[in-house]
Amino acid sequence: MATTTTTRTTVNPEPADDAPPEQRVRLSQVRMSDIFALGGAAVASLCMTGLLYTTLTPFSSAIGFGFVWYAFFIGLYAILTVFDETSQAVRDRLAGVVIRSLAIFVVGVLVFVIGFTLSKGWEVLTHFNFFSEDMSNAGPLDPLIYGGVLHAVVGTLIEIAIALAIVIPLGVMVAVYLSEMPGALSRLVRTIVEAMTALPSIVAGLFVYATVIMIFTKQQSGFAASIAISIMMLPIIIRSADVALRLVPSTLKEASYALGAGQWSTVKNVTLPTAKSGLATAIILGTARGIGETSPVLLCAGFTAAMNWNPFQGPMISLPLATFEFVKSPEPTMIARGFGTALVLLLLVLIMFIIARYFGGKGPGALSKRQTKARLRQSEKDAERMTAARATSTSTMTAEK
Amino acid sequence: MAVLSPERSSGDAVDAASDEPIAVVVNRDRSDKTFRLIAVTSGVAVLVIMSMVGVFLALRGSQALGVAGWGFLTTQAWEPDSGNFGIAAVIVGTILIASVAICVAIPLALGMALFISEYAKGWLRSSLVSLVDLMAAVPSVIYGLWGFFFLQSQMIPVARWISTYFGWIPLFAVDGSDPNDPLSTATVFTSSTFIAGIVVGFMVMPITSSVMREVFTQAPVGEREGAFALGATRWGMIRTVVLPFGRGGIIGGTMLGLGRALGETIAVYMIISIVFYIQPHLLQNGASSVSSLIALRYGESTALGLSALMAAGLALFLMTLVVNFFASIIVSRSRSGAAS
Repeated sequence: MATTTTTRTTVNPEPADDAPPEQRVRLSQVRMSDIFALGGAAVASLCMTGLLYTTLTPFSSAIGFGFVWYAFFIGLYAILTVFDETSQAVRDRLAGVVIRSLAIFVVGVLVFVIGFTLSKGWEVLTHFNFFSEDMSNAGPLDPLIYGGVLHAVVGTLIEIAIALAIVIPLGVMVAVYLSEMPGALSRLVRTIVEAMTALPSIVAGLFVYATVIMIFTKQQSGFAASIAISIMMLPIIIRSADVALRLVPSTLKEASYALGAGQWSTVKNVTLPTAKSGLATAIILGTARGIGETSPVLLCAGFTAAMNWNPFQGPMISLPLATFEFVKSPEPTMIARGFGTALVLLLLVLIMFIIARYFGGKGPGALSKRQTKARLRQSEKDAERMTAARATSTSTMTAEK
Repeated sequence: MAVLSPERSSGDAVDAASDEPIAVVVNRDRSDKTFRLIAVTSGVAVLVIMSMVGVFLALRGSQALGVAGWGFLTTQAWEPDSGNFGIAAVIVGTILIASVAICVAIPLALGMALFISEYAKGWLRSSLVSLVDLMAAVPSVIYGLWGFFFLQSQMIPVARWISTYFGWIPLFAVDGSDPNDPLSTATVFTSSTFIAGIVVGFMVMPITSSVMREVFTQAPVGEREGAFALGATRWGMIRTVVLPFGRGGIIGGTMLGLGRALGETIAVYMIISIVFYIQPHLLQNGASSVSSLIALRYGESTALGLSALMAAGLALFLMTLVVNFFASIIVSRSRSGAAS
């Protein structure tokens, strides 16, 4: 092939004087007509449903209104998009709208469940005595300025503390066992643990009721409830801790073995610290589930209106059980107290959940800004120390010469 | 961990015929041995605790099973002291509530899972994942409160409407309601299987949704892009790639949710008024479930009564165990890519 060398220059075409000014190309997939179709369908269906409910038919139900509105909305939106789209695109639009609205509905339900408890329980929480008294001096007819749920808060904390004292060491150890020593036995343990996540909580409560209470203690107690909660929490914590441990990179462990560390020191110094945030998340989420368990507590802990600090003797009430017992009463003040208790419980769960998300947002071994800075500082110090050591050793060497 | 000691002299390496595998000898020091012992012990301890639940229920329940015989499965009444008891009514009630729950949960879970995996991006996606997890962490007593004090009154007109227009289907019939009488009482529509099922449906939705989402996000990128390259719309891609790939996740997640729905106690107990006959009318006052039966009767029971409750608990446990077992098999198969 003959090669010809010619110098070439790029010449930008001069814009013609009479050309219209250039338009920026819009990459957004949303067009004005889409928004009009969506908004138009929403407003039109609202008006149609309103007409139907107020004038044409004797319908009356908020939920029914919602359903009818939604049905009209989907129909109208389909008609509006059919005007300027192909059938494929119409189906795509409709599926998109249905899926999005289902997601919005789910979020709405969650917000509504939380908001409903909040709105009903808020008034009770403004009375300070709700946190500082128990119910021993307050009857069902007393106004909200008497009585409180301090005994239930204390009971919940004692029960969950005992449960955690059992579950954390056992659960984390079993998770370590599952990930460190694969074999026939650990496969069996994993299968059983998986199966146990299906254990209905009432059955766990019944089991503890028939063993611990009927055979040993002969009375309902906070300790028995803790055992039941532990049985519920164990499989949950083992499973999520197992997942967290499996995410630890094997290269880190191999590096530790290559440096001559034993299995225990590898687990202690490499695996567990690396999986720390995952383990913390597993434990906190398990605790959140354990705090909210009502049915095992119902069978095992019993009901009391008075404060009980001793988990081994006498009934001990917890927040979910107190909620359950309060709302059984027909008295409005007791129901209000029930909602207040539920709100305390919900806030407790929410706080734990936010803490868990804070920890769990990071991958295994990932460091926060402060931790990174600390590592850097440590590394700088090490570098200084090493340079200093090298300097002294070279100076002694030259001195020896 | 391992201290390798090659058990051969350097001369053998030349002779290829005697090139046998090197025997690996692991010398563990005392701390490693202790660690392994403790780990195995804790594993066995959990195994023992968990099996004890099943074995103990079976042992304690056997007395009642001996008294009731096969009638335990077919009797509807629950009068243990006169020997006339069985789980026919409560088991059917449990299954009905769980079925309503699953019918509510499937569309919501599917929509949420598809939205998270296919439509949401960035912060919206991660916060929605957290939100679904939060929904699973909300205590059941709070769902129960919401169901009893809010949803019940809202659902009565809906239930009335369904029974008026679809009452010819036996499942939706309601005894004692007269559509032509505007003053007819609303109480026949309260505390029904329908309302309990809806609340339980919202409770099991998160677990179903998160299993579906996990499987959907694993749909291969190549096939997704292939579908787009062939001109598919987003829905076309979902229908032809994501949903067929995630079929195992949809079925498995649904069954996992079903397992949870069968065992749900407090929310159901708060809403239904328990009856001891098979109540096939979903919308009508009166429903039954095994867990509510246990919660209701544990205190007043005699030895035989408690044994009967144990047997009922065992039946519930076996049912959830079977459902969960199949669910986890289906989910783990679909995760390994066998479904694609």
